[in-house]
Amino acid sequence: MIKVLFFAQLRDQLGISELSLNSDDNPNVQVLLNNLKDKNENWDRVLSKATLMVAINQTMSNKTATIVSGDEVAFFPPVTGG
Amino acid sequence: MISVQQKDFNQQIEYDRLRQASHTGAVVTFTGLVRDINQGEQITALTLEHYPAMTEKALIDIVEQAKARWSIINVTVIHRVGELQLLDQIVFVGIASLHRGDAFAACEFIIDYLKTQAPFWKKETNSEGESYWVDARESDQTALNKWNMV
Repeated sequence: MIKVLFFAQLRDQLGISELSLNSDDNPNVQVLLNNLKDKNENWDRVLSKATLMVAINQTMSNKTATIVSGDEVAFFPPVTGG
Repeated sequence: MISVQQKDFNQQIEYDRLRQASHTGAVVTFTGLVRDINQGEQITALTLEHYPAMTEKALIDIVEQAKARWSIINVTVIHRVGELQLLDQIVFVGIASLHRGDAFAACEFIIDYLKTQAPFWKKETNSEGESYWVDARESDQTALNKWNMV
């Protein structure tokens, strides 16, 4: 299993902060994203933004990164701290 | 010292902590505040959300990168989260070094890097009582690019 997290406006737009998915169906970030976008038009629109950021196990990552069972994958919009 | 916290911080205490070590010849600090106006909107309050498991890790990484590039004797990064009011302190970056050059550069690098790489998000409330997420600024990305990051 993998844990998928959403933050800030992404969480608001999707209406969910966390979900668990089978790691076998989601071998990398791009496939995971495609699977999530298939849910419905809203998910497709929200997760298609070019500025989407991703972190794996709390470290910044990218769409080509591999995912293995036990990973925590977080999606979020560009950060605005400081 | 790295801290992500709800409570406010005290400049004097942080400054005194930074200048303890021997050989320290310069201390540079930066403090970010809640502005009352942002992109033409009158702001009344600000909420900062973060990714708790990742924020401290990201800040440690940012500080390590600064230490690899400049001579730093002591460093403090404090970032507040939760609800903040106008002119509240949001973020503190303090660098102690032998000389001012390294302290100025490292301080600016850390705040530039933090603004584009640390998982914090601002939500503003305006004078109409509307709340909305703040958009990332292109100028923050441009500021980061001057450090030749990949």
